[in-house]
Amino acid sequence: MTIDVLYFAWVRERIGQPRERVETSAATVAELVEELRGREPRYEAAFADLNALRVALDQELSDFDAPLTGVREVAFFPPMTGG
Amino acid sequence: MATIRVQEAPFDAGAELDAFAAGRTDVGAVVTFNGVVRDDGGALAEMLIEHYPGMTERAIGKIVEEAVRRWSLADCLVIHRYGAMKPGDRIMMVATAAPHRADAFAAAEYLMDYLKSRAPFWKKERSADGESWVAAKDEDEAALDRW
Repeated sequence: MTIDVLYFAWVRERIGQPRERVETSAATVAELVEELRGREPRYEAAFADLNALRVALDQELSDFDAPLTGVREVAFFPPMTGG
Repeated sequence: MATIRVQEAPFDAGAELDAFAAGRTDVGAVVTFNGVVRDDGGALAEMLIEHYPGMTERAIGKIVEEAVRRWSLADCLVIHRYGAMKPGDRIMMVATAAPHRADAFAAAEYLMDYLKSRAPFWKKERSADGESWVAAKDEDEAALDRW
């Protein structure tokens, strides 16, 4: 399946791009992260500490164990600092 | 019954307040909060706020919906800016209108606590020394427990 993967804040800076289309067979967010980490050092740098990251699936906050079934957009970012 | 605006442009907080819940005679209390760019060390040149278009509006919408469910509100306003701002600039504004002040105060605090750590904004500070992302604070996360 093909999904849109978005990056924000320092995750975007470490990976070097705001979004990309990813062809994957990953069943969960954690599996997708493992796939990405294996690609290039810049992904390893961004995903080194998952405790420092949050994930949203189709624009809803989710977690790394969540399945990717039917998901079209995955976003990775640090804890939010609004207000 | 609620207005949510996510925008790059500055806003006129006074004009927003005047227009908010204008003409309503069932409102006895209006509470507003303004978030302002703070320069702790006197070295901040700029604050840059990034957000997640689409999710931002949805996330704020859900937070507002929950506030409306919990308290007796006549109206509710959230304006949050993104982009580049200078120290002293207004970042965001929350306004709540209710028949009685207890609901207006509580709802405004609830909205602020959730906007702080559940709306997808990220702040970066730029000074002469360079740039750094503002880290989320543990107490901001802990603040959600009281609700």
